[in-house]
Amino acid sequence: MKKLMLGNQAVARGLYQAGCRFVSSYPGTPSTEITEQAALYDEIYAEWAPNEKTAAEAAVGASLAGVRSFCAMKHVGFNVAADPLFTASYTGVNGGFVITVADDPGMHSSQNEQDSRHYAIASKLAMLEPSDSQECCDFVTAAYEISETYDTPVILRTCTRVAHSQSLVELKDRDERALKPYERNPQKYVAAPANAVKRHVEVEKRMEALRAFAETTGLNRDEMGDTSIGFVTSGTCYLYVKEAFPEASVFKLGLVNPMPVKRLADFAEKVDRLIVVEELDGVIENHLRAVGIRVDGGKDIFGLLGELSQNRIREKLGAALPSFAAYEEAVPGRPPVMCPGCPHRGLFTVLSKLKLTVLGDIGCYTLGSGAPLNAVDSVLCMGASIGMAHGYTKVLGEDAAKKTVAVIGDSTFMHSGMTGIVNLVYNRGIATVLVLDNSITGMTGHQQNPTTGLTLQNEPTYPIRIEDFCRAVGVQRVRVVDPQDMAATEAAIKEEVEAIEPSVIIVRRPCALLKYVKHNPPLSVDPDKCKGCRSCMKIGCPAIRFSDKKASIDATICVGCGLCEQMCRFGAFEHKEVR
Amino acid sequence: MKTTSIMIVGVGGQGTLLASKLLGNVLLKQGYDVKLSEVHGMSQRGGSVVTYVRYGDKVYSPIVDQGEADYILSFEILESARWISYLKEGGRLITNTQKTWPMPVITGTVPYPENIVEKLSAMADVTAVDALKLAEEAGSSKAVNVVLIGVLSKLMDIPEAVWLQAIDETVPQKFLELNKRAFALGRACGAGE
Ligand SMILES: Cc1ncc(C[n+]2csc(CCOP(=O)(O)OP(=O)(O)O)c2C)c(N)n1
Repeated sequence: MKKLMLGNQAVARGLYQAGCRFVSSYPGTPSTEITEQAALYDEIYAEWAPNEKTAAEAAVGASLAGVRSFCAMKHVGFNVAADPLFTASYTGVNGGFVITVADDPGMHSSQNEQDSRHYAIASKLAMLEPSDSQECCDFVTAAYEISETYDTPVILRTCTRVAHSQSLVELKDRDERALKPYERNPQKYVAAPANAVKRHVEVEKRMEALRAFAETTGLNRDEMGDTSIGFVTSGTCYLYVKEAFPEASVFKLGLVNPMPVKRLADFAEKVDRLIVVEELDGVIENHLRAVGIRVDGGKDIFGLLGELSQNRIREKLGAALPSFAAYEEAVPGRPPVMCPGCPHRGLFTVLSKLKLTVLGDIGCYTLGSGAPLNAVDSVLCMGASIGMAHGYTKVLGEDAAKKTVAVIGDSTFMHSGMTGIVNLVYNRGIATVLVLDNSITGMTGHQQNPTTGLTLQNEPTYPIRIEDFCRAVGVQRVRVVDPQDMAATEAAIKEEVEAIEPSVIIVRRPCALLKYVKHNPPLSVDPDKCKGCRSCMKIGCPAIRFSDKKASIDATICVGCGLCEQMCRFGAFEHKEVR
Repeated sequence: MKTTSIMIVGVGGQGTLLASKLLGNVLLKQGYDVKLSEVHGMSQRGGSVVTYVRYGDKVYSPIVDQGEADYILSFEILESARWISYLKEGGRLITNTQKTWPMPVITGTVPYPENIVEKLSAMADVTAVDALKLAEEAGSSKAVNVVLIGVLSKLMDIPEAVWLQAIDETVPQKFLELNKRAFALGRACGAGE
């Protein structure tokens, strides 16, 4: 049976078919749906871990116990998980262990554009790269076979266009696998220097064996056609090349680390011009050049930035482009914004008013950096807000601390904010930390986390309370406010920034998109009372418009949160059904 | 058969994903090779969203490039202006006339452009409908997506029964009648061309 499946859904199907029994991940676009979909199979135990490192370690433990295990993350998640994974490369596996890392060329929803292939090379792990959903599914089985044959974790690299595209997948049955009993073997699993020295020898032998495997595996293939031009490519770029130059010869790499050097040299011999098409860095190209294979075009043509497409490849190689006409006037941009009723809006309106230095973090609240709130000074990586606020206030002292806060979400706090608080207490810091607890991991589309009291399967579990954690590690000033009450929120922040010691304010109200959150009928504006002062426009609500010197409300999206009403000095906002 | 390309564009939260799901289901029933590409995550929050749908005997690229779309199905008129360069020569734009102000317009940085439908009509074949009004007529402003699918269905060479069956399979039971009314109202507009 063939089914239309999202790449991520197909990876999950591949896990099911390959007999995988254990999945632990932390969400991150564009990798999140793999774990959500895997959780729907009764045969697979799946969980959300608090961060990628913990997830990877749990999966390594499951592999040691003897099952096929798995872990998914976005590209920057690999930075967090790199420590266990680099050494798991030395210890190898018991049951097969596969990691999916999802890159985001073009940065549709990421803070950088790093190329995960460098990690495969640096950690000496095999890396597979599927092009479409069928390959997402099939390559999972191939990855487990490599993992168990060569005693190594294996990385499956996707990107936004593979993870979030749907295409047809032929479904197969599950290959149920017996537990592979754990046998004690400290020489292999205890990565202490004396053992690791010997394991490194094994790692290099394994890479040699994998290089030989690359020369024969069907994961790599050449498609000979017109030999005046030959492309070496992989992943989604393969599809763009086939679209732009259907007649050309193509060498498609399914295994991108290690590469089949002999086959590539043969291919290069057969074509007049060898062009390497890859997004982001010139990983394939540099390798070909390093082993002495002639390359006639690569990064010099396509550059290092963003995504490619069929047109970009046509254009760069001088082929005809389809004609088109663009709209003649400038079209205003439509950046993402906080939703109507978003609990973050009240807090950021206050922060904007107080003109504080806001060391931000990653989540829906990053949107507080956009106009008209413009209330965020820095965003670096998950968890950085607290560490940065500590360093910043340590250097600039008490006066600066009175004008500075860190802002971090509940999921991000659990991910990597906790150690920041410990650092603050331990090193006698003076920063104020605002934890935006909207009771869910919002940005990535509503995943449960350790504070919500529910597991990935929505089963009840102990809800870790952020205030209890902070008090337990020694923060003396901990309080909770509701951002819907802007006056109370403002008063609390003013008080806490004055304190010359660590303080934490938990800014708590559930995400407006959660099913259990009740909304009010839309508000309306009494045009006679509206004086056109634009105070209500300061909150950046997409439901408020302003024309002919009066505010008005788009009743199709207003959820009646009433923040605008709190801004208005003239009582112009009214609660009544207008629909 | 050559590959046909359709783009569904709109504002995050308008229900474009259901429209692409419906369309994908219809094309699958017709036995085509189908690819669909969408962007999840951040851009859902009121940002500009685009879904690519491609079908034919064998589809390679999951995305549609400038000058390649046979149809653009647009949920918002400013988004039509943004994406019009993706329409192929001789392609057709089907657009909702609804306006949703983006933040730069709300903050007063730039005005919302005027007479977009007229200007687009001078550039390409355009079917403009007030899908919000029709959706409300069908029973809910949320049915804009199915109204627009109704318009598209009339322009494509696929039997009505296939569309109706796909709606049956995609839409929750309790909204089925509402969505069938929305589909019929949209389909009646498509006939006007
Ligand atoms: C290392 C890393 N992992 C995952 C992500 C993806 N990501 C971005 S924000 C976020 C969580 C946001 O949740 P929360 O802190 O609760 O804030 P909310 O979006 O709910 O406001 C995640 C998982 C990332 N950017 N970096």
